[in-house]
Amino acid sequence: MAGCGAPCGAGAEVRTGTTIMAVEFAGGVVVGSDSRVSAGEAVVNRVFDKLAPLHKRIYCALSGSAADAQAIADMVHYHLELHSMDMDDPPLVLAAATLVRGISYKYKEELSAHLMVAGWDHRKGGQVYGTLGGMLTRQPFAIGGSGSTYIYGYVDAAYKPGMKLEECQQFTKNAIALAMSRDGSSGGVIYLVTITKAGAEEQVFLGDDIPKFYDE
Amino acid sequence: MDVATSPPAPQGGFSFLNCLRNTALEQGLVSQGFQAPKARKTGTTIAGLVCADGVVLGADTRATDDMVVAEKNCLKIHYLAPNIYCCGAGVAADAEATTQLLSSKLELHSLATGRPPRVVTANRFLRQMLFRYQGHIGASLIVAGLDSTGAHLYSVHPHGSSSRLPYNSMGSGAGAAISVLEDRFKPKMELLEAQELVADAIQAGILGDLGSGSSVDLCVITQDGARLLRGYRTPAAPGKRLGRYRYRAGTTAVLSEKVELRSLEVLEEHVQSMDVE
Repeated sequence: MAGCGAPCGAGAEVRTGTTIMAVEFAGGVVVGSDSRVSAGEAVVNRVFDKLAPLHKRIYCALSGSAADAQAIADMVHYHLELHSMDMDDPPLVLAAATLVRGISYKYKEELSAHLMVAGWDHRKGGQVYGTLGGMLTRQPFAIGGSGSTYIYGYVDAAYKPGMKLEECQQFTKNAIALAMSRDGSSGGVIYLVTITKAGAEEQVFLGDDIPKFYDE
Repeated sequence: MDVATSPPAPQGGFSFLNCLRNTALEQGLVSQGFQAPKARKTGTTIAGLVCADGVVLGADTRATDDMVVAEKNCLKIHYLAPNIYCCGAGVAADAEATTQLLSSKLELHSLATGRPPRVVTANRFLRQMLFRYQGHIGASLIVAGLDSTGAHLYSVHPHGSSSRLPYNSMGSGAGAAISVLEDRFKPKMELLEAQELVADAIQAGILGDLGSGSSVDLCVITQDGARLLRGYRTPAAPGKRLGRYRYRAGTTAVLSEKVELRSLEVLEEHVQSMDVE
């Protein structure tokens, strides 16, 4: 309908916009994301959890096209479950990342989503893998999504190797909060998942619990 | 898939070959000033919310063909299972066909598993099917119901993404409806209050969006089953005409009458017999 009054996100594709981040520490990883899903100018979901479980101690962070990202996460979740049954062992984070990267690379032209894979396994402990464009690279920390461009300076300056769990959580929350305040496609609440040998702990930070900076 | 080589051989499922034909036809038509027919969208305001006793779904009843109202009382709330219903927005035919297919699949799945269907199952079928068709099936749906794990609501977009939410609205009137829901939604609302809230949300869409109109349909799903409340509210009833626009015979006085006979001469006669053997 030409000129329909409501924000015409009805025609536009649903994207997660996004700021996602993952940080390794001795003993595990911290993964975080914002919660905004937009279709054109309209926000269709302001509390979407972009941290999708792939297995008990492996999560992936979604960004880009919502449909593509959810489809990839579902496929990898399925494959990992079978793989884990075949091996009779919890899957390695590298295995999950390789599966994600395999799909992202093979269907590179058709898909427009980026999934960041992070988790803990008994072989290498906490690991973060980036799979942008179909590559596979392990990093001490990684940021992604449209909001990440605004915080490259902050994360490069604030990251210190050998941070403890609480420091990593605060680092992640700060970075995502800063990105959310600058990027139109990121916003809402902050979801955090902390993955260690003991398992995965999910947290949500709303309103006043989100770090504030000089102008808030 | 290597896009540089020839297209893959058609295998079962949707064939996109006619899209090439349609583009060629359209280009030919445009040069003569014609326009190819557009798929009819339902305009639409649909909404749903999860309340204490179950879920409440709502929809308007107007179907539009560009700027013409094609149907004043269409039903946009579709049956999926005895405990699961679905509101459809976007392309009318796609929403209708998709929900019918989904309903059949859910029934078969339920028979195979020996359990009543779950809302999460409906969501997954929908997501996987819509993703497979890469957004060409223009159906935006709100699926909600009450199953053994509780009351759930999912909103699914044409490209195959979905979100689980306590309340949501979709369609061209979504902006108007969501503002009402955001203002007054509370978790675990009483059923009557929830019904009124959904009806108010749809009403906001009916009054504030050109693509939505006529009346509000509601569907309430609780432990006692599903109730479809057709025409729950009619915020924009057609007005009562104050006068008559027909003139009775004799309104205009006849002053005089003149009859003239015309005689016609037969010039030529041509008979053709019909073969009735």
